[in-house]
Amino acid sequence: MSRTLLFIKIMADQTYRLELKNITKSFPGVLAVQDVTLSAYPGEILALAGENGAGKSTLMNILSGAFTADTGMILLDGQEVKIPSPRRAQELGIAMIHQELALIPQMTVAQNIFLGREPLFAAGTLVNTKMMQAEAQSVLNQLGLDFSVTALISDLSIAQRQMVEIAKSISIKSRVIILDEPTSALSERESAKLFDLMRSLREQGVTLIYISHRMEEIFNLSDRVAVMRDGQLVGVAATKELNVNSVVQMMVGRELKEFFPKAETQRGEVALEVHNLRSGSHLKDATFTLYKGEIVGLAGLVGSGRTEIARVLFGADPNEGGEIRVAGKLVKIHSPQEAIRLGIGLVTEDRKAQGLFLGQSVRSNASVSLFERLSRFGFLLYEKIDQWVRGAIQQLNIRAANLEQRVGNLSGGNQQKVVIARWLAVNPQILILDEPTRGIDVSSKAEIHNLMGELAAKGMAILMISSELPEILGVSDRILVMREGRLMAEFSRADATQDRIMQAATGQLQNAGLNVHE
Amino acid sequence: MTAPVEQLRSAPFTLNIFLKRFGLLLVYALLGLGLSLLSDRFLTGSNQINILRQATISGIVAIGMTLVILTAGIDLSVGSILALSAVITADLLKQGLPVFLAVLIALGIGALMGMVNGLMIARGKIPPFIATLGMLTVGRGLTLMYTQGKPFTGLPDTFRFLGTGSIGAIPMPIVIAAALFILVTVILTRTRFGEYIYLIGDNPVAARLAGINTNRMIVFVYMISGICSALAGLILIARLDSAQPVIGVGYEFSAIAAVVVGGTSFSGGEGTLFGTLLGTLLIETLSNGLNLLNVSQLWEQVIKGVVIALALLFYKAINRSSK
Repeated sequence: MSRTLLFIKIMADQTYRLELKNITKSFPGVLAVQDVTLSAYPGEILALAGENGAGKSTLMNILSGAFTADTGMILLDGQEVKIPSPRRAQELGIAMIHQELALIPQMTVAQNIFLGREPLFAAGTLVNTKMMQAEAQSVLNQLGLDFSVTALISDLSIAQRQMVEIAKSISIKSRVIILDEPTSALSERESAKLFDLMRSLREQGVTLIYISHRMEEIFNLSDRVAVMRDGQLVGVAATKELNVNSVVQMMVGRELKEFFPKAETQRGEVALEVHNLRSGSHLKDATFTLYKGEIVGLAGLVGSGRTEIARVLFGADPNEGGEIRVAGKLVKIHSPQEAIRLGIGLVTEDRKAQGLFLGQSVRSNASVSLFERLSRFGFLLYEKIDQWVRGAIQQLNIRAANLEQRVGNLSGGNQQKVVIARWLAVNPQILILDEPTRGIDVSSKAEIHNLMGELAAKGMAILMISSELPEILGVSDRILVMREGRLMAEFSRADATQDRIMQAATGQLQNAGLNVHE
Repeated sequence: MTAPVEQLRSAPFTLNIFLKRFGLLLVYALLGLGLSLLSDRFLTGSNQINILRQATISGIVAIGMTLVILTAGIDLSVGSILALSAVITADLLKQGLPVFLAVLIALGIGALMGMVNGLMIARGKIPPFIATLGMLTVGRGLTLMYTQGKPFTGLPDTFRFLGTGSIGAIPMPIVIAAALFILVTVILTRTRFGEYIYLIGDNPVAARLAGINTNRMIVFVYMISGICSALAGLILIARLDSAQPVIGVGYEFSAIAAVVVGGTSFSGGEGTLFGTLLGTLLIETLSNGLNLLNVSQLWEQVIKGVVIALALLFYKAINRSSK
């Protein structure tokens, strides 16, 4: 009797939900994943960390059937399985929630949850909408989600859409759920909600594999951390045995001295004054000043109007009544072209959708803003352009094979540097960066922060929007906080803490430090 | 900095890349080889000149269409623009207007109609397909109204030189098309405007945020397409000595086919004018060959359609496997 129990206990201890054995995958010219062996238990959150290009996504794509491994074996609950397609992965109960969500915006929550497996009637010709909605509702209830099953996806926030993806994976009885940087587009509050949901799924015995660049979240959430570098698994350990430095060190293979290097800058003259800026329903009232040589952090929840400030200043959205002064002069900005002429640059938050020309060369992407200057009678002076781009590649440490390489084939960090290079060419007086380091690896991140410091030291005024509070705190000389379309608080570097910023962003602290402008 | 992040080797030179770069040339060569074996008339100089002359009309329209498709647009109105500018020009010529002025007016009409297309698309945010479909109908309607359904024939000889004359041994239409081809190639590959066309086609949002006046560029592109159509119309009526109200019907099809067979992507930002040249020649050579082999007109249509479908499948296959 006791022997059997012991036997069962040992079995239970050793039963992995998922085992990846000696997985290798190569693409033409690149060994993306090299001999990786990794296991995960039921009811655990396994964080998968690594720089961009380390092979995390490839490994997870193999698991979810998007790629097939060259060699190696996958075991699910002790059984060897073959996963030749995403559909097979779904049947096996493996769901992957991608950074780019795969929902259909024009359909309802219920329709998306049941896409491709709708309950049918009338000999399989009609969809049983009632039953579908009832079942979708019960999944939402189980997860404690409060939006309607008949809501259109396009009406939901990014965070809610992610929740729908998770609901979908739950409704197909997934045993393993992979989340690829789920919080990169979420506000802190939304992230917290997602984490609660992940924890409750863990209680229910689901295995969650969680890819993230954010150390704070990894340490908050995960039971174990696996780190990949250059396609190999560098290490796996219980989270409580690790600290941020040790994980970062494993990721980069060296020690990073400062997470957010901060160069000392001298505050100069006024570069930009903004009074009662207004636009649409998201930006109601913002008044602030930027000085040359400083980095101002703009914090706030997603949807609080931060991005709208950037867009109005850059002429991408209409300015509905606010006053903008550039270097003391009242200006009207109707288009990005005009903004650029006034010396304003914008690095957009979504580099793929709004920043880059993914199918075009590194040269074109980095130098588009130079075309006016480096052309004669409309003809481009390619020699000068190439010379400049080569210099920028070197200065920013951009890893590109050559100038002709398609930007779409670069890693996230290098793509972002290409966008920044474009603005270096213009040398604006005011540079706005909207989430400049979202979803990029730690070394690129440090390089970008360094560069921002250098630019400020040369007299540029920098406005940085970020959802990452450690970044805001680490980089900014001054911090502005938005809430519901209004600028709510201003902190000096010395006064700012994560708590105070969050309080201002969520409305518990009103008008802190703003009396300066009255 | 020693962070080992990713492999920097550029992709090896594979069969895929070879096919992508030279596939069309290969198909063209094979077609030529096949036809010269099947028909001893195919490879004669006069027949080759004939193919080129046939290719000029659709080729010139396809040049404008290439720019439009590179911006991820489409111009369905090319045939109607061609027709309206052609009949008005023919009428003016018959009334004794100097050739030079008539030609300018024709190109002006093309530019104007193209500008309307461009403004509808850039400013009005109407999808190119719908905007130019509207212009197709309006243009054809105006043409029928203008002509009252009757053709204009008997154009002055100085004007007919555009279609029937030659410089040395080379027929005038070929000279014009070649010059236009070179000019637009230079614009596409050497100028700011050319770069902007690719960038706008790749990502219009990013293009605007990079400070490009995207609206103006799009209007220019449709104007160029209109001018190309009008020019093709002039050559056509000069050769036929007649401007029929139904002239140019269906030309959008052959132009789009040439561009797409030439490898330009419908989603914009990818393609070359050289590809369009090969696409045009391929389709014209195919027509010519089928003619020489006495294949019926009806089958010719079917075979052309199949060839275009195959070309698209071919590109799809290459693009998929090279990712």
